Amino acid sequence: MVFSFDLLFEALLFGVLLGCFYAAVSIGLSVSFGLLDVPHVAHPAVMVLGSYFTYVLAGYGLDPIVAGVVLMPAFFVLGILIYRFYYETFEKRGSEAAVRGLAFFFGLAFIIEVGLILGFGVDQRTVHATYIGSSLSVGDYRLPYRMLVAFGVAMILTFSLTLYLSKTFTGRAIKAVAQDEPALRLMGANPVAIKQWAFGIATGVSALAGAMLIIVGPVEPAMDRVYIGRTFCVVVLAGLGSMTGTLAAGLILGIAESIVLMMTGASWAPAVAFGLLLVVLGIRPQGLFGR
Amino acid sequence: MAAPLLKVQGVSKHFGGFTALSEVSLAITPGERFGLIGPNGSGKTTLINCISGSLRHDSGSIEFEGQEISGLPAYRRTRKGIARSFQIPRPFRSMSVLENLLVPYEYVVHLKQSDAEQQAMEILRRIGLAEKALAQSNQLSQVELRKLELARAMAAKPRLLISDEAMAGLSGSEVDEVLKILFSLNAEGITIIMIEHIMQAVMRFSQRVICLDAGKIICEGAPAAIVANPDVQRAYLGA
Amino acid sequence: MKYSLGAAAVVVIAFLTALSGVNEYFFYAAFVVLQFMVLATAWNILGGYAGYVNFGTAAFFAIGSYTAVVLFKWLGAPLAVQIAAAAAVSGLLGFGVGLLTLRLRGIFFAIATVAIIFIMETVMMNWRYVGGATGLQLLRPDVLQPFASYTRMLFFVMALLAVIAVSVARYVQISWIGRGLRAIRDSEEAAECSGVPTLKLKLFACTVSGALMGAAGAPMPMYLSFIEPASSFSLNYSVSALAMPMIGGTVHWLGPVLGALLLASIQQIVTVTISSEINVLVIGVLLVLFVVFAPDGVLGLFKKLWPRRS
Repeated sequence: MVFSFDLLFEALLFGVLLGCFYAAVSIGLSVSFGLLDVPHVAHPAVMVLGSYFTYVLAGYGLDPIVAGVVLMPAFFVLGILIYRFYYETFEKRGSEAAVRGLAFFFGLAFIIEVGLILGFGVDQRTVHATYIGSSLSVGDYRLPYRMLVAFGVAMILTFSLTLYLSKTFTGRAIKAVAQDEPALRLMGANPVAIKQWAFGIATGVSALAGAMLIIVGPVEPAMDRVYIGRTFCVVVLAGLGSMTGTLAAGLILGIAESIVLMMTGASWAPAVAFGLLLVVLGIRPQGLFGR
Repeated sequence: MAAPLLKVQGVSKHFGGFTALSEVSLAITPGERFGLIGPNGSGKTTLINCISGSLRHDSGSIEFEGQEISGLPAYRRTRKGIARSFQIPRPFRSMSVLENLLVPYEYVVHLKQSDAEQQAMEILRRIGLAEKALAQSNQLSQVELRKLELARAMAAKPRLLISDEAMAGLSGSEVDEVLKILFSLNAEGITIIMIEHIMQAVMRFSQRVICLDAGKIICEGAPAAIVANPDVQRAYLGA
Repeated sequence: MKYSLGAAAVVVIAFLTALSGVNEYFFYAAFVVLQFMVLATAWNILGGYAGYVNFGTAAFFAIGSYTAVVLFKWLGAPLAVQIAAAAAVSGLLGFGVGLLTLRLRGIFFAIATVAIIFIMETVMMNWRYVGGATGLQLLRPDVLQPFASYTRMLFFVMALLAVIAVSVARYVQISWIGRGLRAIRDSEEAAECSGVPTLKLKLFACTVSGALMGAAGAPMPMYLSFIEPASSFSLNYSVSALAMPMIGGTVHWLGPVLGALLLASIQQIVTVTISSEINVLVIGVLLVLFVVFAPDGVLGLFKKLWPRRS
């Protein structure tokens, strides 16, 4: 195998961009599963739903990122509805309903996937924009513009959410409800309302993540499966409840996947996330910065 | 002096940056009635979880009957003779009251089902749940759930029984009922650790009391002395 | 005793049916229904009894199929050996996944099973010996006497596997193991403190469950005369194996059997009258409906409508 440092460096650069992208698509799960303990295996499916809605809106001439932003409020409401339903049906009833909650989200993911197949078919869908298709030349290296755009949006998203959670009152209440719900209740705040709000935010963020997904590459209905691996890998590697960890974990995954992609081609790259997830679960299940 | 039944030495437990227990040491003699008090969040249940094995302590040692048990999973410790009840009752909801007791009988005492059922009914009679033996455990009242917690711990035939706030929310006469059962268990030779907020119960029951605050032992001695201790009063009323 | 007689009767009836003049298509269809019965029953041992959800049935099933293929291609092994080997390998896989994740919360085990599907499928797609991504054609050996066709024999083998699977599930359910698993499902912490070796029991359930799923997968390559990753690792197996017990009822071994019969029948009707995509959607919707409104499944509904003294 011809090993060139140039190739490795380009893979690293690509991996950094990819990693930040993975961090951004995982941050919704960081909130819904990491902080709120909701077994949200349908998170990637909701994101892919966002990708398809972006596709539809882009068909009307909207820029994909704008489409993503436009979808955020709608997905915020969707998130509130999903959480409300989950809470009333499962979380309230205690741990014997945990299996059912998990089965519910599994079923939901499945229904979304099949619904998309029925609505759009199994073919891949893409969007078009000025920044998709061309690359930025930096010295000897070529960085695809679409990755740079996704990187930029990802950074903005991640930092805004992290700031929100640490600086605003509601944000801190969200973190508090994850750590000490009874204490929060004693302070007069309503944990359910806070969790609902948080889940809404996480879902709203997923809409933008979905837009980025279809910018970065073509989407198809079954994509949620590989992203279950990637998002859960990032969230678990980061440590449940750690927002900054999400970025670090995303970078690790992005670089690992990029290097594997360079060395073995596209057939093994999707398995990297799942493999890394299993390793983390086996060696250090609390992740890098877990609580 | 008799060798201690349970010896806890320098046990610490952290959750992330939060220290739940800090260098806790205590020794309990066989047959003793031991009280553990402290304000909410002082680490009482964490200490119990470390003793019973539901949690692994980070440092220090725990010896039961002279043997180090730190590395043992909870079910092994139960089989060695440590049983506990849970502060918030955790019945096996899909099972009847009687069946709940069959679990420790099968897994700790290793009895055949017919013998186990007989002995389980005896415990239920003793604790006042005999009429509810075949009732679904998820239909019991709060008091009955508390009693079931105790009954299930009793079914494991422990040498050390840890009762975690078994009397919370009970009326005066109900507290008396539970106290009577604990006294009679102790009369049979079972060492009992009682965690309680109901001071009069702790006073009447315990021979020795320890007070925890913020993960540390702040006071140890006879019940009357503990309650009169200014540090203890400050811990409860807040700084 | 009653059960043993019933089980023996089923085996005899299956044997006689395989020798009868019934339409060949019946055996093709019945094979599939029986296969799902095994998968649903196997799933329920860990999912229903212990409360640990396995999303990765497809992986255990497919690894069983591929093990059978390897043994057939390499050693020309007879079907019985293929099945035994498949059960052993998938059981080992179950043990491995369990060892890695059953110490953690249920959702981590569930996600790990998804990981197994992906990783195993990727491995099989890159393994030339078993056909890689394009798959492998297989030539059936001569059919054993007294069966008239290979499909009839496979039908009988699957019926036998179904009886074995249900018998194992029944034994686990009514034994002290079953009570321990139920205790784990109801309150794992209290179970552990009541002397139940929770990790050991979960590992046992996971291994047995995996082994049965592998056994169900072993006859598949001979049934199709073909094997390929995409259909072997199909998500439909995972969803069905989960939906059938949840819809039939998870507390009793009858639940998965009923669920398999019900769902497999619905699947046949919908696929033929509407489309196969809608069929898959129907399973998903039914799963969600039952999980939300009838968590005890069809068995639970029966109990409510016709309550008996316990």
